Amino acid sequence: MENLFNLSVTVNGTLYEREVEPRLLLSDFLRHDLGLTGTHVGCEHGVCGACTILFDNEPARSCLIFAVMAHGHEVTTVEGLGTIDSLHPLQEAFKEAHGLQCGFCTPGFLTTLVAFLKENPDPSEEEIREAISGNLCRCTGYQHIMEAVKLAAEKTKINT
Amino acid sequence: MTNQFIGERVRRNEDPRLLTGQALFVDDVEIPDMLHAAFMRSDYAHARILSIDVSAARERPGVVAVFTAEDMGDDWEPGPPLVSPPPTVKDVTFYSRRQAPLVKDTVHHAGETIAVVIAESRYIAEDAVEDIIVEYDPLPVIADLEKALAPDSPLVHDDLDSNLAAHLYQQKGNYEAAKAQADVVIKRRFYLDRGAAVAMENRGIVAHWDEKAKHLTMWDTTQAPIPIRNGIAARLGLSENQVRVIAPFIGGAFGPKMMMFYPEEMLIPWASKKLCRPIKWIEDRRENFYATTSEREQLHDVEMAFTKEGRILGFKDDFLHDTGAYDPYGLTIPLNTQCHLMGSYVIENFSSNCTAVFTNKPIVTPVRGAGRQQGIYIVERMLDVASKELDIDPLEIRKKNFIPPDAFPYNNGIIDQAFSTLIFDSGNYIAAYEKVAEMIGYKQFVKEEQPRLRAEGKHVGIAIIPFIETTGVGPYEGARVQIETSGKVNVNTGYGTQGQGHFTTFAQIVSEQLGVAVNDVRIITGDTAEFHWGTGTFASRGIVVAGNAIHAASSAVRQKVLKLASKVLATPEDELELEDGTVRIADIPQTSISLGELAALANPLRGAVEPGTEPGLEATDYFGPQTGATASGCHAMIIEVDPETLMVNIKRYVVVEDCGRVINPLIVEGQIHGGVSMGIGNAYYEKLHFDENGQILNASLADYLIVTSYEMPPRIETGHLETLSPLNKLGSKGVGEAGAIPVPALFAQALENALQDYNLEILETPLSPNRLFELLHESRMAKK
Amino acid sequence: MKPPPFEYYAPTTVEEALSHLAEHGYDAKPLAGGQSLIPMMNFRLAQPSVLVDLNNIPELAYIRPDENGGALVGAMTRHKIVGHDPLIAKQVPLVHEAIPNIGTPQVRTRGTFGGSLSHADPSAELVAISVALKGRFKLRSQKGERWIPANEFFTGPFTSALEPEELLVEINLPRLPERSGWSLMEVVRRHNDFALIGVAAVVKLDKNGICEEARLVFLSAGDRPMEAHQAAELLKGQSPTAEAIQAAAEKAASADIDPGGDIHATAEFRRHLANVLSRRALDDAFKRAKGN
Repeated sequence: MENLFNLSVTVNGTLYEREVEPRLLLSDFLRHDLGLTGTHVGCEHGVCGACTILFDNEPARSCLIFAVMAHGHEVTTVEGLGTIDSLHPLQEAFKEAHGLQCGFCTPGFLTTLVAFLKENPDPSEEEIREAISGNLCRCTGYQHIMEAVKLAAEKTKINT
Repeated sequence: MTNQFIGERVRRNEDPRLLTGQALFVDDVEIPDMLHAAFMRSDYAHARILSIDVSAARERPGVVAVFTAEDMGDDWEPGPPLVSPPPTVKDVTFYSRRQAPLVKDTVHHAGETIAVVIAESRYIAEDAVEDIIVEYDPLPVIADLEKALAPDSPLVHDDLDSNLAAHLYQQKGNYEAAKAQADVVIKRRFYLDRGAAVAMENRGIVAHWDEKAKHLTMWDTTQAPIPIRNGIAARLGLSENQVRVIAPFIGGAFGPKMMMFYPEEMLIPWASKKLCRPIKWIEDRRENFYATTSEREQLHDVEMAFTKEGRILGFKDDFLHDTGAYDPYGLTIPLNTQCHLMGSYVIENFSSNCTAVFTNKPIVTPVRGAGRQQGIYIVERMLDVASKELDIDPLEIRKKNFIPPDAFPYNNGIIDQAFSTLIFDSGNYIAAYEKVAEMIGYKQFVKEEQPRLRAEGKHVGIAIIPFIETTGVGPYEGARVQIETSGKVNVNTGYGTQGQGHFTTFAQIVSEQLGVAVNDVRIITGDTAEFHWGTGTFASRGIVVAGNAIHAASSAVRQKVLKLASKVLATPEDELELEDGTVRIADIPQTSISLGELAALANPLRGAVEPGTEPGLEATDYFGPQTGATASGCHAMIIEVDPETLMVNIKRYVVVEDCGRVINPLIVEGQIHGGVSMGIGNAYYEKLHFDENGQILNASLADYLIVTSYEMPPRIETGHLETLSPLNKLGSKGVGEAGAIPVPALFAQALENALQDYNLEILETPLSPNRLFELLHESRMAKK
Repeated sequence: MKPPPFEYYAPTTVEEALSHLAEHGYDAKPLAGGQSLIPMMNFRLAQPSVLVDLNNIPELAYIRPDENGGALVGAMTRHKIVGHDPLIAKQVPLVHEAIPNIGTPQVRTRGTFGGSLSHADPSAELVAISVALKGRFKLRSQKGERWIPANEFFTGPFTSALEPEELLVEINLPRLPERSGWSLMEVVRRHNDFALIGVAAVVKLDKNGICEEARLVFLSAGDRPMEAHQAAELLKGQSPTAEAIQAAAEKAASADIDPGGDIHATAEFRRHLANVLSRRALDDAFKRAKGN
């Protein structure tokens, strides 16, 4: 058994301290050590984007980060965006526009897009297409996802 | 009664859970003391196993057990046949070979399971897999479909005389006579190759044998928990109610998650029972390419006989079908292909001989389209070839041959995948075709825009492809509908869901009957403890079969509600209406009783009940169609090709879909968009590349190219047509696979149209820029 | 697909990192963004026994001007930062143009400039561009530091001049002189894929509009970034006419590159594309040069 590392990481605002193997992937740490199963694993080689989380507020693939690399950093998962009784406006927009079918890829889209809309609150269609180009979806064909993003951007515009 | 449910764009009940990461998928299941499995898989596609040394693996700290076929003893047996060959087709030969939990002597395809490691973590299990030493005696591999039938070909199964897996011959009329009368006979050979389903969620199983309760619970990414339960119970010598199979939320399925009795599905519950510990196995993406089924390789030799005006007199298609190393799924795919070879057309003389062939490649079972794509590709390509040879406009030649709208029900005279006669129930193919042509502005494009673009040096092509899709086949599905004292409605059904929105569409059907809000209807599915009759989610049959069972059960509950309410409100049934969760007198709406109160009255705690009554407001019903409902539609596309790089850019994409009565148009659109994205993948991006050793060369998402947001058209424009199905009370037809079916044919027509100067003839799918480059080069050489 | 076990160090200074590399030599691998290394480890195609995590060394991430109007980029600067940097946009526009082509938005928040270059993937944009720009790399070890020009850094597929105890710490991207033009063209199956083939073109015109210098560097055309020397020779001293460009493109495609074939493209198709892209890139670059 090799060296265990004392990991201290903030996830969705809560500080967690755990002893982990260096090779433990952040995706597995979140899902199985912390029980935050909203982040899904689709490929473990950084292509599908289902495992996307926010690492210090930037979207990143959790399957390409060792949990130990998150020591001292902040991670946000889909569970940190909203709850069933209080959906994040982006989650509302996804529901309204039918932007999900099986829902497996959805958490990865949500974290990616929350960060994107923060940086770019009034995006063009082309910019939205680029923003989601790193997330694969096999069910929706992306059209309703694009509409959800437009809807979310519009709603935020109206509210600000 | 006002109906605000059927046909409405109701937002989905299931979304809040999925959106917030609160939905349970198989890999989310955590049980105390759970162990993890990893498989040792064969690197060779064909080899004898001389020895397996697991001693080092067993000694690794954290490893609890390592099993090989030998360790299974008498418990080792191949999986059951899943679909038998059609009993109603006269000319059928079928050799059944099925996969086993672990390979005993001979490996038949790369990736087959040789040993399983059970350990404290998946990490350790994978480490231990590398400790296992297997001595192989590699055997010659047969990976080529045509060569597999050559007399000197290596045999996939050496207890057979050849690699013939099955023969399936269907015919009607007299093709040879029709051919003799024809003005023109056109012959072509077509090659179609494999693609994979690539659901975003890989497969997975958690099996929990409780030794004290003598009960097995299994979470499985399956489209068919009920057959899995029955089969696993039988294999483990348990009674069916000692086994509970749960298919929780599933991250996409598309066919390969059907009741395959995959090696892992057979092994993991056995291992859990053996070790008396819960065991989890989650497939990783690399495994998925080998270990999960795929589909589509066929080689067709086609002949079509025409009059010089373009009327089809006869059609003959002899084809080879790759079934891979085993054929558990019978002849479903070739039957679907045969049923779509005549497309939307009147073809009175038809002959088709399918030869299914074993190869040393992973198993072939249905993937979205399930053989229909191939049939539509062939007939539509042949019409395009004919339109050029006969010099008839491609739209005109189709219009001449469509089954006319007054010819329904139209008997096609051959047998379909459900073993019944292929009868098209209703449709209006010419209307859909003309609607699409109008929506995309076909005439104006061909006459004005295309020449203008060509003059600017742009190669932009247009295509329109009609299709039919057999859907809604039996055998049956069932549902139990119950009104609770809370006033909410529970619906239990055996029909699972993998993203199709059943939690909402099924609820809409109930709401229509009971007047309850859609989000007060709770659909419980995918759990054999809740409902244990039915088959599974396949062949675009959800709304038709399960939906109608739910409709029937809700109607029965509605009758009970009316009967009881009539007594309670002292009013005749025909003066009552169900709305907003209450029953009220139509003219005096203040006089009402809530459904919840009625439910309580229907289940008294004291007093005597009338003889013959059933407790509560509950009913169970089933629906089993005699024949499937036939959906149809038409796709059109405008695509630009860069003739130098052969990269493509879809400019416009139009779909008209006829799936009969639409329960939820928003969800139907979603199904179409998703299907189109898979179709585009199949047409120009996706291909499973095998080398001559049966190895997959692109077993990763970096190299197996599924489309991203960029490869899709800017917008898929959808139009609807509704020809109701007379076969079920809802009038519905299926739509799940439709989006994917005509796309390869559409691409072929569009690319030929865009590159008209090059006189291209496309006889294969999938394509790619490289392949198109080669075809252009070949056609340039041919001209010389 | 879980990675095999390894020893892990998270130094906070370059010195610390270098001492780990010196101690473990070939057994150790520096870990930058991880976007290329970690997938290989998850596939168990790479199994380093020691990882030296560079992500906690702030002194390695920066973008500064050099004395000649170019840029100095710290090796651990994230692609996203490079892509948004105004100095890079103004002074090294070829790099600015390339960044959105690197992977996906999520890859760019983690992936680093130096990491991509050290990985030495012949299909990487930055690898070809650094050669086209005549970039220079600063390598450091416990023994000292040295500068090496980009075209000597890449020695083979995924192989560089880095010694096991050395770290790439800084990249110098020179500013292109007056009357220079540049272009980056790629053919990709899907928007974010590795290119089937690509070319970075840098040209310079003299006062009379004659081509003084040209560099065409290909990605995915050989076992390292392939510089089209013969094509460049053809253009030198020529007026950049369509014919001259065509001749250079044909030369580059037929003589200067050595593309392999794989499931995505045959060698023949790659050569054909190289011809097409060279022509388009040179056309584009010369237009820019005239504008400058």
